[in-house]
Amino acid sequence: MSDVESGPASNAHEYTVSELSGAVKRAIEDEFGYVRVRGEVGRLTRPGSGHLYFDLKDDKSVLAAVAWKGTAARWRFQPEQGLEVIATGRLTTFPGQSKYQIIVENVEPAGVGALMALLEERRKKLAAEGLFDEARKQEIPYLPRVIGVVTSPTGAVIRDIIHRLEDRFPTHVIVWPVRVQGESCAPEVAAAVEGLNMLEPGGPIARPDLIIVARGGGSVEDLWGFNEEEVVRAISESEIPVISAVGHETDVTLADFAADKRAPTPTGAAEMAVPVRGELIAYVDNLGSRQRNGLRNIYRALRDRLRAASRGLPRPGEILSDVRQRVDLLTSRLGAALGKALNAKQVRAANSLGRLNGILLRRRVADGQTQVTRLSARLAPALSRTLDQRSRHLDQIWKLANSLSHKNVLARGFALVTDADGALVRNAASVTAGDQVNLEWADGERSAVIAGDAPPKPQPRPKRSAEPDERQQDLF
Amino acid sequence: MAEKAGSDIAGMSFEAALAELEDIVAKLESGQAPLQESIAIFERGEALKKHCEALLKSAESKIEKITLSKDGSPTGTAPLDE
Repeated sequence: MSDVESGPASNAHEYTVSELSGAVKRAIEDEFGYVRVRGEVGRLTRPGSGHLYFDLKDDKSVLAAVAWKGTAARWRFQPEQGLEVIATGRLTTFPGQSKYQIIVENVEPAGVGALMALLEERRKKLAAEGLFDEARKQEIPYLPRVIGVVTSPTGAVIRDIIHRLEDRFPTHVIVWPVRVQGESCAPEVAAAVEGLNMLEPGGPIARPDLIIVARGGGSVEDLWGFNEEEVVRAISESEIPVISAVGHETDVTLADFAADKRAPTPTGAAEMAVPVRGELIAYVDNLGSRQRNGLRNIYRALRDRLRAASRGLPRPGEILSDVRQRVDLLTSRLGAALGKALNAKQVRAANSLGRLNGILLRRRVADGQTQVTRLSARLAPALSRTLDQRSRHLDQIWKLANSLSHKNVLARGFALVTDADGALVRNAASVTAGDQVNLEWADGERSAVIAGDAPPKPQPRPKRSAEPDERQQDLF
Repeated sequence: MAEKAGSDIAGMSFEAALAELEDIVAKLESGQAPLQESIAIFERGEALKKHCEALLKSAESKIEKITLSKDGSPTGTAPLDE
């Protein structure tokens, strides 16, 4: 049994350790010359040599992994502990320690979900530190004089930014060149932001008053450098306001959270950075005319108010003349008033004096009585004298009346004819033959009868008989 | 007073000058300020406007690229060859 057991063993080829190790190495390298392996990144070290050592593990096994310095630097995504990745490479052995390992050519995150989970975890951590606080956000200058752009000096991004700036507002641009993906991306971007902040105002290189951190679109892995903590801290601590424009609008990096403003694209960053010069020139011009109009309106309003007020204001001459007239009036009234007042006083004084003096009063009464007596004595003679005068006057009138009486006419030889009724017969026509008449002379009267008719010619007769009639009438 | 007002404008940023000009315009348009003050702020507004226009007209495009030493510190600028 033992022979049977030991026989084949003794017949078997006997390797040296190195031979076996070499055989294993060849077998492994031939079989696993190119593999993809998925696992979580475990312990990760990067010694001074620059090579990258890490573990890939799942719930049961661990696989040692190494990435040579030159290879890892080219990676756009850098593995991190705890991240699930898919590593691509070849297996080999390390005979000196009886170990095998994978020489990694490339590492990718194992699905976006895993990466996003990591990103979210880091975001929470940095947010807890306050790096993304709104209070830290700075105002973007309205019109930056110098804009620092942290991006690749070649490619579409910087061209887009410069062209859009020139379209809107020609500006002094300083490009700080960086690599925008790969292992060196994050340290270069962080150094650029810090370096721009360290430029002295007035120094040989103009200090920007605005920084744009920009990168074109890409995968989450491509943009990963802008999620690195050092970039986030540099942007957050920048004294110069920062606009981030990393990737497309849907790509959000932690740099975007830290920046003062986030632009959806590099072109959008240029639009945020500067206003449109033509619009500003027009706006300033408009403000100029508005303030001129404003002043003109103020002036006009005040002038109108002044005019309105002036209309209501009497002229100074009018005020004076009015006053002067009142002075004149009062002056003239003053003299009269003084005299009147004096008189009134005098009268009152006299009255008071009279009332006070009884002797004077009694004398005035006595005087009155004497006057009454004297006038009574003169009353009777005056009355009789008046009667005499009136009687003489009557005699004179009577004499005049007599001198005018028809009796005197009769005395001169005329006769007065009256009819039976005693009425005066003034003309021949008023009597007819046979009429009884009475004739009166100065010495007496006699009756008579009219003998004949009136003459045939009535015309001359009245004329003839009219004469005495008229004469008689004239006498009266 | 006008000289004093002018000297501080020269160093003003466009933004600050524009904001003050806007304030002045609003004041003048409201017509609330007394005439004396209105004339004074109008004069200042004109100076601010001139300053703004000068800043707008003086703007010119200049594109530079920073040159870096080996250790990554800036040494100067060079034209950016697009």
